[in-house]
Amino acid sequence: MGEVAIRVEGLGKRFSIIGKQESYKTLRDVLANAALKPLRAVKSIQGQNGNQNPGSDSIWALKNISLEIKRGEAVGLIGRNGAGKSTLLKILSRVTEPTEGRAQIRGKVGSLLEVGVGFHPELSGRENIYLNGAILGMKRAEIERSFDAIVAFAEIDKFIDTPVKHYSSGMYLRLAFAVAAHLEPEILLVDEVLAVGDAAFQKKCIGKMEEVTGAGRTVLFVSHNMAAVQALCSRGIFLHNGSVFADATASEAISTYLRTLELAVSQDLLERTDRRGSGRAKLCKVEISTGGSEPSTTLATGRPAQFAFYVTAVQPRMSCIFTIYDTFGHAVATFNSAVQAPDDLRDPSISGKVICFLDELALVPGRYRINVAISSDGQLQDHIEAAAFFEVEQGLLRGRPVIKGNGFGRVCLQHRWMLPPT
Amino acid sequence: MATQLAPEILKSTDDSPVVNIEPSKAWVSLRLGELWEYRELVYFLTWRDIKVRYKQTVLGAAWAIIQPLFSMLIFSLFFGRLAKIPSDGIPYPLFSFAALVPWTFFANGLNQSSNSLVASANLIKKVYFPRLTIPVAAVLAGVVDFALAFIVLLGMIALYGVAPTINMLWTPLFLLLALVTSLGVGLWLSALNVQYRDVRYIVPFVTQVWMFSTPIAYPASLLSEPWRTIYGFNPMVGVVEGFRWALLGTNTAPGATIAVSSLAALVILVSGAFYFRHMEKTFADVV
Repeated sequence: MGEVAIRVEGLGKRFSIIGKQESYKTLRDVLANAALKPLRAVKSIQGQNGNQNPGSDSIWALKNISLEIKRGEAVGLIGRNGAGKSTLLKILSRVTEPTEGRAQIRGKVGSLLEVGVGFHPELSGRENIYLNGAILGMKRAEIERSFDAIVAFAEIDKFIDTPVKHYSSGMYLRLAFAVAAHLEPEILLVDEVLAVGDAAFQKKCIGKMEEVTGAGRTVLFVSHNMAAVQALCSRGIFLHNGSVFADATASEAISTYLRTLELAVSQDLLERTDRRGSGRAKLCKVEISTGGSEPSTTLATGRPAQFAFYVTAVQPRMSCIFTIYDTFGHAVATFNSAVQAPDDLRDPSISGKVICFLDELALVPGRYRINVAISSDGQLQDHIEAAAFFEVEQGLLRGRPVIKGNGFGRVCLQHRWMLPPT
Repeated sequence: MATQLAPEILKSTDDSPVVNIEPSKAWVSLRLGELWEYRELVYFLTWRDIKVRYKQTVLGAAWAIIQPLFSMLIFSLFFGRLAKIPSDGIPYPLFSFAALVPWTFFANGLNQSSNSLVASANLIKKVYFPRLTIPVAAVLAGVVDFALAFIVLLGMIALYGVAPTINMLWTPLFLLLALVTSLGVGLWLSALNVQYRDVRYIVPFVTQVWMFSTPIAYPASLLSEPWRTIYGFNPMVGVVEGFRWALLGTNTAPGATIAVSSLAALVILVSGAFYFRHMEKTFADVV
């Protein structure tokens, strides 16, 4: 113990934004640029703005990251979308190069950046195990040795010689994870694989990861699932805008992360930069209230609730999707305005906003946050994580008190009992 | 900052390797040793390309034979019959087919390898491995197609009653020359294709021009020395002339041409490999 497995010093990664917007350039652009270069040089001398910041058309996805991870440590990497988590993992797995600084890694690295890369749909499960294993850096003998274990783990023994294009998505996923899970690396880099698959499979994955950390191997785990981070990791690193914001125990890092999420809410949503989508319609405000005659921001179980989403522009066939998450990052419920019901209304007097009404809020007391996506014509316009937070107080669901913090689950269903007389 | 970290990690030695991740210098080594370590990946990628190539086609591997065969028929009709192009005293169909078999291997290898990186974008963005494996495997996979067409060529040689000579043993060398050329050009074009998708449109054009600059429909003996040797700077001239000499017994022992062609092919391969390695660091971000 105490030996360093990963050491990162002053690591930075710059992306040029131009390169990000258009995925590739054409020769014509390059030739045109080269032709116009002298012209532009003249212009800049005339305009005397030759000292324009060269960094203006590029962004630092990571900046000055320094950290040390000891052998056998399980570290959770958390942070919002675009905070640089995945970029850091990609640099550590050598997929992409840093722009500055350096990292040193001791031991064989296995990465689960995305399961199933390199699978070929036309090849059978057996063939894909070999191919995928080789891509992930396994020797043929190693693959042969763990072949049976992989098949057993994936539970696909009957279909092992079927082309994977005929697999269900669940089978495909299980097989892909199984290959990667049997890599037996000394350092495992994981990016959100647990977000997929059914509950039983997720449990299996967590089991496998516990086994890996239990065996004294190092795990670096990127996830939005705070419960999984809490369960698996002893240490948490919270990345914010490309730098290390907190490096502490997992639960400390998580609570710091959740606090900053809430801080972000208090600012104007339009100032948020961690958003995705083409941006023709942007979410500018979320109002959560009990509705009715005396609106209040504090919701209660069993009471009505309404969520109003203000957008900058109304787009044709615009729809709103929002998902409620609990504090552990588990999705609780999703609402989608594109899926219509007879009760839905179109009201010309409310232009610029979309409102979702809940007659009876069936959430147990506690704190929740919502992610919101706005799309039009099937194209994502805007997506903001943790766009708003709300608190649910204790209340009655059809006369039955729903109390905080006992038992499991986040949702209470309306129900009744039949009991023998006392 | 850098000074304080290196020795400490490196000195605690057991067998686990230490990997340094740093921004790379302007020009980097080829790291052929690493490529050798990943030879099994080359094998599996090649094997995948072979297995997948003719999936969901009706004619399957027959395509490997149909392509050069039909070209041969058309060439024989237009260049042999109508234009009466000389063929070094060899029946025109055999003359052109002996050139079309290695040419098809070269052109397909070039085509497959130049698209290979873009086709594997998903892989490149997610997993680390030496990127050279991808175009190498794409060219190697064509060897199977070549073998099938070569069998047909041998059948035709027997049919026309050409007596085999000991020179036939040189054929693998000429195949290697075609492979080196194909891979060399493929490395250049595949790396360029990541940056500039124009390459996709350039490749068919390049192949066509190259084909007519190679003595496939006509004999190289139309040229006199020293032009014939200089012509060898197109490595495919050496390949095609070599095939004809080794298999059909044309009396043009192409020694000087082969030497020039081999040199040119090596230059293309080595420069292509260095250019590829130089561009490699940007692949994952750009592709």
